[in-house]
Amino acid sequence: MWTSVLTAVSTITVIALLAGLVLSYASSRLPADRDPLVEQVNQLLPQTQCAQCGYPGCRPYALAIVEDDAAINLCAPGGEETIQRLADLLGRDPVAPAGVTMNMTGLAMIDEALCIGCTYCRDVCPVDAIVGARQFMHTVIASECTGCELCIPRCPVDCISIEHAA
Amino acid sequence: MSAPTFDLGYLHGGLRMPRRKDKSNKQPIAHVPVPQQLILPITQHAGDPAHVVVGIGERVLKGQLIAESDGPISAPVHASSSGKVVAIEPWPVSRRLGGNAPCIVIECDGEDRAIELSEAITPFTSMDQETLFQKILQGGIVGLGGAVFPTAQKLMHASITPLEHLVLNGIECEPYITCDDMLMREQADEVLGGAQILMHALGVEHCFVAVESDKPEAIHAIADVMTELQDDRIAIKQIPTIYPSGAEDQTVQLVTNKEVPTGGLPTDVGCVVQNVGTSAAVYRWICKGEPLISRVTTVTGDGIAAPMNVFARIGTTVADIINFVGGYTENVHHLVIGGPMTGRSVTTDRVPLVKATNCILVMSDEEQFGNEQPCIRCGDCASVCPVQLLPQQLFWYACADDEEKLRSYGLMDCIECGCCDLVCPSHIPLTADFRMAKARMRELADEVARAERARLRYEFHTQRLDREQLLRAQQLEAQKQAAREGGSKAISDILERTSKKDDRDPGEE
Repeated sequence: MWTSVLTAVSTITVIALLAGLVLSYASSRLPADRDPLVEQVNQLLPQTQCAQCGYPGCRPYALAIVEDDAAINLCAPGGEETIQRLADLLGRDPVAPAGVTMNMTGLAMIDEALCIGCTYCRDVCPVDAIVGARQFMHTVIASECTGCELCIPRCPVDCISIEHAA
Repeated sequence: MSAPTFDLGYLHGGLRMPRRKDKSNKQPIAHVPVPQQLILPITQHAGDPAHVVVGIGERVLKGQLIAESDGPISAPVHASSSGKVVAIEPWPVSRRLGGNAPCIVIECDGEDRAIELSEAITPFTSMDQETLFQKILQGGIVGLGGAVFPTAQKLMHASITPLEHLVLNGIECEPYITCDDMLMREQADEVLGGAQILMHALGVEHCFVAVESDKPEAIHAIADVMTELQDDRIAIKQIPTIYPSGAEDQTVQLVTNKEVPTGGLPTDVGCVVQNVGTSAAVYRWICKGEPLISRVTTVTGDGIAAPMNVFARIGTTVADIINFVGGYTENVHHLVIGGPMTGRSVTTDRVPLVKATNCILVMSDEEQFGNEQPCIRCGDCASVCPVQLLPQQLFWYACADDEEKLRSYGLMDCIECGCCDLVCPSHIPLTADFRMAKARMRELADEVARAERARLRYEFHTQRLDREQLLRAQQLEAQKQAAREGGSKAISDILERTSKKDDRDPGEE
C-alpha cells in the first residue's frame, strides 16, 4: 500500500516540477504581457490625448488609475459616461466630474497665411497630426487630429483655431 | 428558348399590397424634349463624388464627359445635351440627407449636338474582361434599380469570385412604379443585348430574367426577343407579386433558392444581380456609344393629371417633367422621389432627375398614415419582415439606444423595405427609427475606430520621443568619452586655436 502512495506522490511531484520548469522558462523568455487592467482602462478612455487630466496622455492616466489609485473623474472629454464605465470596471463609486466636461469633437485649423514655421505646435501634438518643416508653413492632418487643443497655447502668433463640425 | 420556369425559392413574409401600377402603364413611353436648363449633380452614385473637369462658360456637347470618376468607388457624369456651363453650385437634390449638393448647371442651346466618339465601336465579343470593365466605367453606368452602385466596380468585384448566374432584375415590386415594366415591353432587345454583354464580361453561362407574374406584356416581349436571339443561356423566371421580392438579396433567394449570408453579397452565393435598366444602359453605351445620360422614369400618383412613363435626360428638373406630362391636379399633398415605400419626399420640384430616379410620385392628401401610438407587441411586423428580423424587439432596443442588442438582433440586415411600417396597427414609423439607429451605430463605430487610431499614433509618438532621448543620451556620452580620452591634447588644440585668433584680431579692430 505504501508503495502505491509513494508512486502517486512522486508522480505528482515530478509533474509539478516539470510544469514549474516549463513555466519559469516561459516567463523568463517570452515578453511580459502588459498589465491587462491598464489596457482595459485605457480602452474606456476617449484617446483624445488632451492631457486635461494632468497626465501626459490617456495611457499614462490609465496607468495612474490602476497603480497610483488616481481619481476616475479627471477625464474632461470623457464626461460622466466614461466615469460610469470606469466605476463599473474598477468597482469604485461613481463620482461627479472633477472639472468642466468638454465635448472635444473639434478640428485644429492653422491659418496658413500667419504660420511662421516655428515647429512648436508640431512638437507638442500628441498624435503627430501636424506636419511642417522649420520656417515653412505647417498644416494639420484633419483625419488624425483629435481636437485636444494642446497646440493652441503653444503657437506664438495665435494662428491655430478649433473648428467645430456643423 | 427555354420555357418560363416557376420553381422558386422561399421568401419569408412580404406583403401583397395594392399595385396601383395601371395608372401609368397604359401608354407608351414619351420622350421629354431638351429642357432650357440641365442640373447635373456630381454625386449621382454610391461612393466618392466625381471630379469636375469643365469650367464655367465652357461649351459642352451631348455625351461629353463633364466630371470624371474619382476614387475607388465612383462614376463619371456626362452632359445630357449640348449647351454652355453657366454655374457649378449647390442645388436642392433628393437624397438620404436632403438639402443641397454641388451640381453642374448647363444652359442648353436646344441643338442637342452629340460629341463625336473618340474611338470606333468595336463588337463586345472582341474585348477582353478588363477592357470591357474600363469601358463600362467610362460610360458612367450605375445600378438603376435604386442603389446606384457603380456597375463597373460591382462587376470587377464580382469577377474575382466564382459565379454561376447573372440575374436581371425586372421585378419592380414597389407600388406605382412601372418604368422597368415599360422598358422591358418597348426595349426588350436592348435589355437582353445588355445581358449578353454582361455575361461575356463576367464569363457566366446562365442568365435569369426575373419578372413579376403580373407583367404578362413584359414577359411576352422578352420571350419574343429570346426567340429572335436563339441564346439558350437566357431564361425567364416568373416571380410572385409580393413586395419586396425585387430587393437584391430577396431576388437571389427567390431565383436560386440560396440565402445571401448576413453582411454578405449575392456574389457569396454565386450570383450577380443587375437591374434591367442597367442592362439596357450597358447595351446603349457599348453598342451605340451613348453614355448614361437619360433614363425611363415613372411620373404618377393622384396628384398628376396624366400619369405615364417618360424617357428624360438626366438633369431635367422634376418641374419640367411634370409640366411635360400635363402638370399637377388640384389635389396635391406632397412630392416623393422614388417609390411610396423606399422613396424620399422632397419639398421642391426644382430637384433634378438623377440616375437613381425611377419614379416621381405626387401624393394626394388621402394617402396618409395615422398618428403614432404605443407598441402593443402584436408581432405583425415580425410576420411580414422579409429578412426574418423581429422589428418589435429592434424598436425596443432602438428606443433604448442599446447598441449591443441591436447588433445581436440583426439591425444591420434590415433592408429598410417598410413592410413593418405598413402593417403596424400603432402606426409606428419603424423603418425611419431603424434608419436612424443604423446611422447612430455607424457613427459610433467610426468614433471607436478613430480612438483606436489615436491610441496607436500616441503610442508611436511616445516611443519615438523615448528613442530620440536615448539617442541624445548616447551622443552626449560618446562626446564625454572622447573628451576624456583626448585629455590634454584636446585642451592644447583649443588653446592653439584661440591664440591664433588673438594674433589676428587687433589688426582688424
